[in-house]
Amino acid sequence: MRGYAGKYLDIDLSSREIKERSFPDRLLRDYVGGRGLATRILWNRLGKRWEEVDPLGPENILLMLTGPLTGYFPGTKICVSGKSPQCNGVVGSTIAGEFGADLKCAGCDGLIISGRAEKPCYIMVLDDQVEIKDASPIWGRQARETFRYLNKRSIDEIKAKRPTYGEVKDPSILYIGPAGENATRVAVVLAKYSHAAGYGGYGGVMGSKNLKAVVAKGFGPLPEVDDPESMAAMHKSMSAKAYEREQWRRWGTGGGGYYFGAGSSSEPIRNWQEEWHDNEAYSGDEFDKFWVKKYWGDFGCPVTCLKLAVLRSGKYDGTICDNPDYELQAFEGTNLGIFDPETNIHFAQLINEAGLCGIQGGAVLGLAGELYQRGILTSDDLQGIDLRWGNVEAFERLLRLVVKREAIGDVLAQGVYRAAREIGRRKGVDLTNYVVQEKGMAIGGHGIRSGKDYISNPIGFACSTQGGDHGSAARFPPVGDFGELSAILHDSAVYCAFAKSVDNDEIFQFYTAITGWEQTSEEWYNKKALRILQLQRAMLLLGGPDVNWKPKIDDDNPPRFWEPLPSGPYAGKTLNRVSFERTRARYYRAVGWDKNGVPTPETLTSLGLHSVDSKLKEAGFRK
Amino acid sequence: MTQSGQVRIKRDYLLCSGCRRCEIACSLFHDKRIWPEASRVRVFMFIPGVEIPHLCFQCDNPKCVEACPEGALSVDGQTGAIIVDNGLCTACGSCIDACPGHVPHLHPDGSRIVICDLCGGDPECVKVCTDGKWDALTLLQHDEVHPKEQQPETPQELTHRTGMLILGERTLKEVWDE
Repeated sequence: MRGYAGKYLDIDLSSREIKERSFPDRLLRDYVGGRGLATRILWNRLGKRWEEVDPLGPENILLMLTGPLTGYFPGTKICVSGKSPQCNGVVGSTIAGEFGADLKCAGCDGLIISGRAEKPCYIMVLDDQVEIKDASPIWGRQARETFRYLNKRSIDEIKAKRPTYGEVKDPSILYIGPAGENATRVAVVLAKYSHAAGYGGYGGVMGSKNLKAVVAKGFGPLPEVDDPESMAAMHKSMSAKAYEREQWRRWGTGGGGYYFGAGSSSEPIRNWQEEWHDNEAYSGDEFDKFWVKKYWGDFGCPVTCLKLAVLRSGKYDGTICDNPDYELQAFEGTNLGIFDPETNIHFAQLINEAGLCGIQGGAVLGLAGELYQRGILTSDDLQGIDLRWGNVEAFERLLRLVVKREAIGDVLAQGVYRAAREIGRRKGVDLTNYVVQEKGMAIGGHGIRSGKDYISNPIGFACSTQGGDHGSAARFPPVGDFGELSAILHDSAVYCAFAKSVDNDEIFQFYTAITGWEQTSEEWYNKKALRILQLQRAMLLLGGPDVNWKPKIDDDNPPRFWEPLPSGPYAGKTLNRVSFERTRARYYRAVGWDKNGVPTPETLTSLGLHSVDSKLKEAGFRK
Repeated sequence: MTQSGQVRIKRDYLLCSGCRRCEIACSLFHDKRIWPEASRVRVFMFIPGVEIPHLCFQCDNPKCVEACPEGALSVDGQTGAIIVDNGLCTACGSCIDACPGHVPHLHPDGSRIVICDLCGGDPECVKVCTDGKWDALTLLQHDEVHPKEQQPETPQELTHRTGMLILGERTLKEVWDE
């Protein structure tokens, strides 16, 4: 086995038992790593009783898995997964940083974490030593303080263990903030200050397990690869292609806050009531003024599309934050009626410090904003908060209630879908029309009505197995470099799709250089990726215990996306129902689902997923 | 004395992207694998955003060479790099203590010290950093280097100095247990 360390840690936090596991080559060839492997492990361990598994209960399993390309590919990530407390299916949620490389250098491909610790804890992986340690001194602490504590403490510990080594470099850390500790459904897993595994809500899963952080440090090399010369040559050639993407390197997504409004009319504004603005005060140039690092990245990255923003004067002096990427410019900005870079950077830092998801957290605050605008939520409901659009102090106060799950905050902490359901029940009104979500997840900042966004496919969100995840949007035809089968490649081989500057065929070649295993694109799209997709689809449909999705009926766009765009150059544009339904039907057929969107017995058995077929039958999905 | 052909690596910490591609390039060249801890240049990140590529400063009168009890260290006449004789090095760590910047470190296999050898005069870390147009590490002729940037300092000292520039004193204190 090449490209893999060959070892996974199986950690039960309830019994504090730590086991080493290995998986057979066949399983790794079929499910690769990251998202694919997580999906299979979850099915094997929880599939039979999937509907009863509470994502925030000790029975859920949290996975942090690398893939065979992790560390070697120029652009490193790790994939966090488990049963999602948002969609109640499986989401592969990737996060940048050195963690994946560090873990593999420690001789470990990933962690499979079950149970619930009695007291707050963190896991430390130092080469072959694995410890569950006390996290009570940092429980309740925000992002920066948590990072500061764990980084210093870990370095001191490693130094004590290697007194003659010389200076010791920092380890890699994945951790949660208070929003995760309090098991909200809108919490992220963090790295550094503001890197996040957002979609899926795995920060809350960590919190529900009393797990504050995982620290990894490896002194070894990355595992051996099959063809070192080709690997090194491709590392170079793929990087050279990435270097050519000047605009992407210069701006990352940091010009998006203006572009997706003014250019493509697909930016959420005041809870998606509009998708167009042309406020130049919100352009990339205006953010650029606060960038102390214009080219910032993580292990092996040739693009370095991140930027570090620091505010050194003014009202928010002392702010230090990954420059809000487009999603945070949108959800911590325009979606709350904020059109000022400094305020947006400040608000993004608050979100990150709390460990809230930029997208899910900003979306639920925006939803509350619209309900306030419409008089459905009053300041009495909001602890006296005057939640006018753009009122930053008001949104800050509400944010703190969400993080602590106090009063209305406890309802909002459940995310847009569940919050709208509960507020609607309390008020006796149907709030469906105000919620821009897909299968329990707020949709990323990419409206599809104008047809000008890069996700302009009408079934992009409706047919995704990861709901509102804009990084895993479905596409018809499903085969090719875009669409969900391609996202499954990125998230299972585990590398950064943003740094990827070559087509998937080169990724397959790189995979072969590393693993020594051949991979044709036909086999990927028609077998492996399709198999992972079926498993994700099945677990999404099984759902439970608190939410369930009806196939076909719930494979739809949110009501707001069917209304005409109210403003801007594409005013009046909307989606066409007939064309949507036709595309959806074609997609169902192309991926082997019946006319209701349920994977057919033929599809499942031809992919060797007999147990999935039986389970869907048993659960009543077959007439 | 400066000799023609001698080179030094100049660093500009404010330009370091934190991509650690120097570590990848160094270990691929010397160890034929991606092995960040074996790399002779190591990027320290005590504070996210304040990344410090740390490697030999090539002092005029290198204390590490003096301190080595085995005579395992020498200055290469051609390049000016510190050369470790692996046959003589006992991994005792005297050179680490002697180095004002605490630059040398053990190879993670524990057998010997690793110090930047300038890849024989054409350092891989500089190539990868300049190919990517970051230019945090650049190559200059020996006498061109501004002495201030070439003073040996520890990762902590460099983090402090760079952190002050990027974050200012108050924020630096907030984010780092120095």
